[in-house]
Amino acid sequence: MNSNIGSMPLRYRITIDREQCMECGRCVENCSYGVFRWDGDRILINSRNCTACHRCLAYCPRDAIMLEEHPCDYRSHPVWSRQVRESIYNQARTGKIILAGMGSVADLPIIFDHLMLDACQVTTPPTDPLREPVELRTYLGKKPSKLEIVRKPDGDIELSTKLTPNLMLETPIMLGHMSYGAISLNAQLAMARAAKETGTYMGTGEGGLHTDLYPYQDRMIVQIASGRFGVNVDYLERGAAIELKLGQGAKPGIGGHLPGEKVSAHVSRTRMIPEGSDAISPAPHHDVYGIEDLPQLVNSVKEATGWKKPVFAKIAAVNNNAENVAAIARSGVDAVAIDGFRGGTGAAPRVFRDHVGIPIEVAIATADKELRKQGLRNEVSLIACGSIRESADVAKAIALGADAVYIGTAALVAMGCRVCGNCYQGVCSWGIATQRPNLVARLDPDVASKQVANLIHAWTLEITELMGAAGINSIESLRGNRDRLRGYMLDEGLLAILDVKSVGA
Amino acid sequence: MCGIFGVMDRRRQMMDGSGIRQALSMMNERGSGEGAGYVAYGIYPEYRDCYALHVFFDRACESRAAVDATLEQWGVIEHDEAIPTCDQPGLRVNCTPWRYFFKPDASLAPGSASPEKDIVTDLVMQINASANGAEVVSSGKNVGIFKASGWPEDVADYYRIEDYEGYIWLAHNRYATASPELWGKPDPFNLHDWSVVENGKITTYGANRRYIESFGYNCSTGTDSEVITYLIDLLVRRHGLDIDLAVRALAPPYWEEIDRMPEAEQRLNRALRFAYGSATMNGPFTIVAANPEMMVGFTDRGKLRPMVVGECGDRLYIASEEAAIRAMEPGIESITRPGAGTPVIGRVAP
Repeated sequence: MNSNIGSMPLRYRITIDREQCMECGRCVENCSYGVFRWDGDRILINSRNCTACHRCLAYCPRDAIMLEEHPCDYRSHPVWSRQVRESIYNQARTGKIILAGMGSVADLPIIFDHLMLDACQVTTPPTDPLREPVELRTYLGKKPSKLEIVRKPDGDIELSTKLTPNLMLETPIMLGHMSYGAISLNAQLAMARAAKETGTYMGTGEGGLHTDLYPYQDRMIVQIASGRFGVNVDYLERGAAIELKLGQGAKPGIGGHLPGEKVSAHVSRTRMIPEGSDAISPAPHHDVYGIEDLPQLVNSVKEATGWKKPVFAKIAAVNNNAENVAAIARSGVDAVAIDGFRGGTGAAPRVFRDHVGIPIEVAIATADKELRKQGLRNEVSLIACGSIRESADVAKAIALGADAVYIGTAALVAMGCRVCGNCYQGVCSWGIATQRPNLVARLDPDVASKQVANLIHAWTLEITELMGAAGINSIESLRGNRDRLRGYMLDEGLLAILDVKSVGA
Repeated sequence: MCGIFGVMDRRRQMMDGSGIRQALSMMNERGSGEGAGYVAYGIYPEYRDCYALHVFFDRACESRAAVDATLEQWGVIEHDEAIPTCDQPGLRVNCTPWRYFFKPDASLAPGSASPEKDIVTDLVMQINASANGAEVVSSGKNVGIFKASGWPEDVADYYRIEDYEGYIWLAHNRYATASPELWGKPDPFNLHDWSVVENGKITTYGANRRYIESFGYNCSTGTDSEVITYLIDLLVRRHGLDIDLAVRALAPPYWEEIDRMPEAEQRLNRALRFAYGSATMNGPFTIVAANPEMMVGFTDRGKLRPMVVGECGDRLYIASEEAAIRAMEPGIESITRPGAGTPVIGRVAP
């Protein structure tokens, strides 16, 4: 039975300036959503299909295309917003959960934007990174809390404390877990090459490791998610580190979802699942039904790989985040990645993406505080992820207590992504969140890897300058140094939780 | 910009305070006349087995009663008295300096490897954190801090510093940036064995404080030297590191230097940075620290503050300026300026 709701007002309207247009047809070729088509020698437009991916605008040689958002709106109403009304129409028609792509669109204040960084003036001099060393090198993994040192009769000193494996990063910025399946092989290749070039690491996501990525395996953190897609001992042995994905910021409390449209033959082989089938990973790991099960999983993974690799755990930032992190710190895990509620995703139920979880700034601050309180801070490194947008966010996350960050969306944007949020449709016009060969071919891994490497390099330079200005010449001196942050227009309660003073204090 | 000075006699020969007064006032250009302080080791031989607590009372009566009561719960006050002072026209007195000679009851810290020091540490934290108008400024055996807001000469004359004889002296000439009226806040800082004077300002105060407070230390003054003293106490007394390794943990070599070291040394230095990353101090500083057995001077690893070292016979000098050393020892035999990352460690003969 059809609905009586009819069509909704256009979300975007595309127009072509016919005087400018030279009818080259690049828009027709480039749009993967079917907005443009030839009608004889004229280009027709179907604005209803538009996702604002900007592919047509980016490739129109004459700047002849114009995109307008919400050209026709509903009666304005403070409560019954456009989004609320359209969700109801959508669900009234389908009776289903609404899927969405990319990070939260909820219009909530961003704490990072209310934190200001410090700089030195006269009582302490700034350090000039052009002339003096400023160290960004970061080690991720367990650190001893105390050293056992033996002084031998001949006066030599010997360290008897055994160090466990750590990952060495030249910059505290890593590329987060985006699976093959959610994104294309070319996108993964581009990031892998960028990670190698910039001395950092990238996550495989939960989709296994494609054979084409083997040359970069020493720069890969292989992920084990609850679906165990693509996991076998060969996969584990290839990674530089292993990450147990226990949760994701965009959808805390539920498992992953890869629509069957994106499960191509190659994806099916890498994930070890049937072609075209939806890949739904369960909400919990079926061998972790309580915290005491986690050490068993950690130990079995370590045992399988000869205790040579650090094991990370990733969780979504939720109310009892500090408790979760402290529990994980006792499980043998070497680093905990905390994914804030603005974290990205290929596909998540909208209601989770926009309404569940807590901000990464708070999650990192409370985790760091709790770990220190319990004397566990050296047991795990902390990785902040979920909406790290610029170098200042990295510096602020570290000052709040993180050891490093994962970036996801920012890396995709560096490859051309316009954050249109339609990743789950599988027809990404930029060749990133798609498996269609013709679209994937649009993303040249050499070009894209350079762009991602440039981004990491640029942020690294900016962080170096920020640290120098603050008179800090090693990243561990910025870590948890909340004294170098000030809150601007944050309420007293939040300032207390972040343990940051107000501007002027 | 402050001026610091330290002198140690390796054979424990005593020096009275007059030479130190002279040396410190030679650096008045580095100060602002709003703070000076002296520490001396060996000044209370008749009470050498007691912890000498130097305390500033806001209200001589009420504050003293509160401290008396606390101390009596935890041990025996062998003797207490006002610290002899002599009013100076240039000094505005706003507290009463007092001293206790205190013996903690070790049985109240069962199981501790250093019960007396644990008790004294807790007492100092407790008294300084509570609003009783009392502040413990030094708490070691046979050692005491004399400090006030004023020029070095006035402070020295106020405490009659020339009447004290010690084998290690540290001194600090302050360029005030905050709270010039407070006597307790500026350097030197002391916690039982360790005393610290600093020239500089660390940019890692927040990180270091978070780290040290997780071990139960309570930073009540908000000063660098407080955090530094606690870090040294933690690393040396509680973690058992030798002073050279402790200094290396606080001001470690760059990774680039570590990468070039032989394998075993690399491992040790990496482990130090791994374990003590949050204790690493950054920003410009020269620190001179002392305990009854040694005096140590070190700078930040970029050496953004001066450190001059002089040697003459059994005497080791560490100062911000050569002129200060020469003021006390005109015939100084050797003057050196150690590079960044090279600590100067002088030990008293056993």
